[in-house]
Amino acid sequence: MTYEEQLLALALSDERIVVMTAENRAAIRNLPEKLGDRFIDVGIAEMTMVGAAAGLALRGRKPIIHALGTFLTLRAFEFIRNDVGIAQLPVIIVGGVPGFLSEANGPTHQAIEDISLMRGIPGINVFCPSDAEELVEALPDLFASNAPWYIRYYAGAPVREHVKQFEIGKAEVYRASSHAEEVDVTILTYGFLLGEALQAQEMLQAGGMKVNVVNLRTLVPIDEEALLQSAMRSQLVVTLEDHFKIGGLYSIAAEFFLREGLLPEVLPIALDGKWFKPTLLKDLLKHEGFTGPQIAEKIRQRFTEMQANAESNLGEYLSLN
Amino acid sequence: MSGLNHKELEALSLSVREHIVRMSTDGGCFIGASLSCADLLTYLYSNVLNVTPEMVHDPNRDYLLLSKGHDVPALYGTLAELGFIERERLRNHLKTNDSIYWHPNRAVAGVEFHSGSLGHLLSVAIGIALDIKMRGGSNRVFVILGDGELNEGSIWEGLLVAKAKKLDNLVLIVDRNAFQANIRTEDLIPLEPLAQKFEAFGCAVKRIDGHDFSQMDQAFSTFPFADGSPSLVIADTIRGKGLPSIEARADRWFVNFTPDEVGMLLEELHGRQASALTSETLMVR
Repeated sequence: MTYEEQLLALALSDERIVVMTAENRAAIRNLPEKLGDRFIDVGIAEMTMVGAAAGLALRGRKPIIHALGTFLTLRAFEFIRNDVGIAQLPVIIVGGVPGFLSEANGPTHQAIEDISLMRGIPGINVFCPSDAEELVEALPDLFASNAPWYIRYYAGAPVREHVKQFEIGKAEVYRASSHAEEVDVTILTYGFLLGEALQAQEMLQAGGMKVNVVNLRTLVPIDEEALLQSAMRSQLVVTLEDHFKIGGLYSIAAEFFLREGLLPEVLPIALDGKWFKPTLLKDLLKHEGFTGPQIAEKIRQRFTEMQANAESNLGEYLSLN
Repeated sequence: MSGLNHKELEALSLSVREHIVRMSTDGGCFIGASLSCADLLTYLYSNVLNVTPEMVHDPNRDYLLLSKGHDVPALYGTLAELGFIERERLRNHLKTNDSIYWHPNRAVAGVEFHSGSLGHLLSVAIGIALDIKMRGGSNRVFVILGDGELNEGSIWEGLLVAKAKKLDNLVLIVDRNAFQANIRTEDLIPLEPLAQKFEAFGCAVKRIDGHDFSQMDQAFSTFPFADGSPSLVIADTIRGKGLPSIEARADRWFVNFTPDEVGMLLEELHGRQASALTSETLMVR
């Protein structure tokens, strides 16, 4: 089932659902004729779309609105904050081509602060599907929650079978092995990069390391138990995201660890204060160092350094005594 | 909607202006913009809008959205006089024991939506109007816009959408008091010829004196002004209307008077004695 098919099924069974777009129909091309006046295209007018969605929600509707992630979260930010956020209206905001998915469009189209912005608004939830299956599975729960959501839209084919049903605020964990409690590394990630993370996991495990991959799914609310386990049961925590290092998963994890008084070893793999190279996805992943093998190499390197440090610390300790 | 005659409307407006003046102390308020739209709000709530205190959750009510939210004392004064909220409640203005502050709060009965940042509520009104159309309703959505607010691009974006969607259940009213925060509109970002601008964007436009109830009788007698178009009224008003001492210093947009000054202004409001306000007392403080 595609996103469009799921949305149609939900809209046909619930007349409160209204599908809106700021002339971005890529994912919902067939809905206009099927939904009639419950499909509203406002043209290239993100601010008006968000405000109108709030107005529709005041009348009891459940609008789901579509535009590119950058234009929605940036151009219309204040409308999201004031009209949806303050009022806590059940509007679902779907940001298209987020993160690396904007490929060769250039920095204007790079939604790599979208999570930072959306989670900065009290009461706005954030869902980052790792594939179409997860997106389709989650959609009914998001509507049922009656809360505002930001969806970091990704509807690619699944790279691996899911191991856990979708549940708001619960992560899915791809474990090193069924019985391994303690692991060397936990990779925390979300969205499109899950595939690369799983590839890195395979490679590291082939090299003898034990690695968990945590697909967080919703970043707001975040699965705190999953964060806690990552800090308690692994030597190295990796946060992997196609987002600025500031404000995204690394920040979420750091805030949580500090609050809990935890000081795990953390390796952030993110965009550190720079725009990424505008090129095709396959090439940009490689250029920016986000392919599975490159991620594995970064982790291996850091893990080796940690071990070397631990040995030299031990040596120092022994020589002092 | 009660249908008041002009004498009754004048009395109602005077009471609303008293509330506004009383809210201009102990923290103050945006008095000039509140006084300029007081006659429009009292008229709309008395003689046009199909909404009563019992109807605030009725889906068939008419909506009024205050997009230029800083004139909310005029709305609160009107809501208090018409029984949506208790008059005594206005004494809680800015106090921690209530939630009546410098911009609209939709937790207060009769307030449809919050505002404060300019250029938002036309788009919210579009959403409400779209839903009413979808359901085949005949209720209408009124939006009070400031003229300074027309600097915001989102207004013009919204007008394009409102026309495209043929939202003739929208009624936009511009409180044309000729001032933005500190400066005359025509001296900063000139708006005229304003009617032509709105017409070019697809609105059906009328222009009236926003303090003349006879002109309001005519302008607000039937909607829409044209099928398939948003109706738009440019209401020429005076910032500080009703208090010559404020009108004369209309460039002071936010004031915080002493209780003695409020006493003087209430006297002036009733035409008894002009206030001896100096330019210093009209300063923002």
